[in-house]
Amino acid sequence: MTSYNKIIIPLLSVFIFCIFWEWLVWINGWPNYKMASPSDLWPAFWKFRWLFLSYGWDTLWRTIVGLSLSVFVGVGFGIIMGFSKTMRIALYPLLVGFNAIPKATVVPVIALMFVGFHDMNTILIVIFISFFPIAVSISIGLSTLEPEYKDILLSLGATKFEIFYKIALPKTLPEFFGALKVSATLAFIGTNLMEIIEPHGKGLGHLFDSGKISADYPLMFAVLIALAVLGIFLYYIVVLFESIFAGWAERN
Amino acid sequence: MHIELRNVSHEFELETGFLPVLENLSFSVPKGKFTAIVGPSGCGKSTITRLVSGLLKSKKGEVFISNEIVNSPKSTVGMAFQNPVLLEWRNILDNVILPLEIVSKSMNKVEKITRARELLSLVGLAEFEKSRPSELSGGMKQRASLCRSLVHKPEVLILDEPFGALDAFTREDLWQTMLTLKKQESFTCILITHDLREAIFLADEVLVLSGRPATLQFQLESKLGDNRKLDDLYTNETTKSLSILRKQIEIAQKHK
Repeated sequence: MTSYNKIIIPLLSVFIFCIFWEWLVWINGWPNYKMASPSDLWPAFWKFRWLFLSYGWDTLWRTIVGLSLSVFVGVGFGIIMGFSKTMRIALYPLLVGFNAIPKATVVPVIALMFVGFHDMNTILIVIFISFFPIAVSISIGLSTLEPEYKDILLSLGATKFEIFYKIALPKTLPEFFGALKVSATLAFIGTNLMEIIEPHGKGLGHLFDSGKISADYPLMFAVLIALAVLGIFLYYIVVLFESIFAGWAERN
Repeated sequence: MHIELRNVSHEFELETGFLPVLENLSFSVPKGKFTAIVGPSGCGKSTITRLVSGLLKSKKGEVFISNEIVNSPKSTVGMAFQNPVLLEWRNILDNVILPLEIVSKSMNKVEKITRARELLSLVGLAEFEKSRPSELSGGMKQRASLCRSLVHKPEVLILDEPFGALDAFTREDLWQTMLTLKKQESFTCILITHDLREAIFLADEVLVLSGRPATLQFQLESKLGDNRKLDDLYTNETTKSLSILRKQIEIAQKHK
């Protein structure tokens, strides 16, 4: 597939989706509080363009910082559980239990714990929601490393670190990036949970809340679309990193 | 490098108790010689490779390389397995270089590349040095794996059924490649195999192990000289040797 097609086809699919959406709203005669149509969204975007830019930035940077930290947390847990069977057995129930708690319920707890630290609280929720897939993928990648891979280096007297660095780590990268794609989209859920449940005048979640309070329905839909766009943006950043660091895993 | 096993016994600890795999096994491979080890499936042949490479310590008895007890892995050993285990994220050249990154850290990059290329052209992979392992056939992967096992000029080469998963024609090609490598590089070799013809064709001596727990049951000198051809496998003499080996394997299987 040419790179030209790789851009044209997704754009075309988005365009067709918008046409279909517009048609659906029009044919059903839905009012914009039930379902805003794409043509309602542009005025909303334009009217609040500066807010979208500044709030969008708030949401984006906190999501990216949170996601980056969740990579550290996830890889850390993954390495511990990947190399030690005891730690794997010990940590899995705790992590699964923690992951099973709906993060919407954690938001007020965190907000109470660290009153006033909005940025930190938001980033914390992002970490909570997105480290789990990374931890699981790394631990599975490391624990399922075929013994022969280790043997080729062990028989040369390589150190544990050399085996990790030269074999285990690169071999786990494709799984890691698979998990990071999931985490990247989850991360936005984390940011917005904080911004919507405990609004503190920042981020797209706050804009959504304002739209709700002032009954500006097209604005609410516009926020959702803006979040989708940010999500797509972050996803493709991950894809870019994947093609640089784990491009070898893709077969032609 | 002279390899010697002296009264080696080994057992694995299972949840149900001990599983003896080797019992009082002694044999030696003189420096520069090629020894093939055959025996029934699961008789502990792979355990021998792990003992000689120092990945495993025997419960009783000693393994010597050049009269030194093997306690831990040594950089003077090279290994190749049935699974070529090439690293998918490296091209063929970088895969072959891998052992040098561990044992010859002081060697500069150019020397490493020169050494790897020398081996790759010897096995006919010179044009594929930039290829990814996934782009190569099974036989080519195994050639690359052999290059990797020899790149650091090991004095001992341990081959654990490296040709076992290949089709018959590719296997014969690789046997000849192996002879080429043997002429060019100097190493003492232990080959584990299930293929009696392979054992006769490649080795100077063939050892037959008994069923588990394995011990040395039979030894056979290969009568093929230094210039071996595939046609040598179809002479009366070779047929006779093969038939003797086959009978020995039968006995070993019954013993199990």
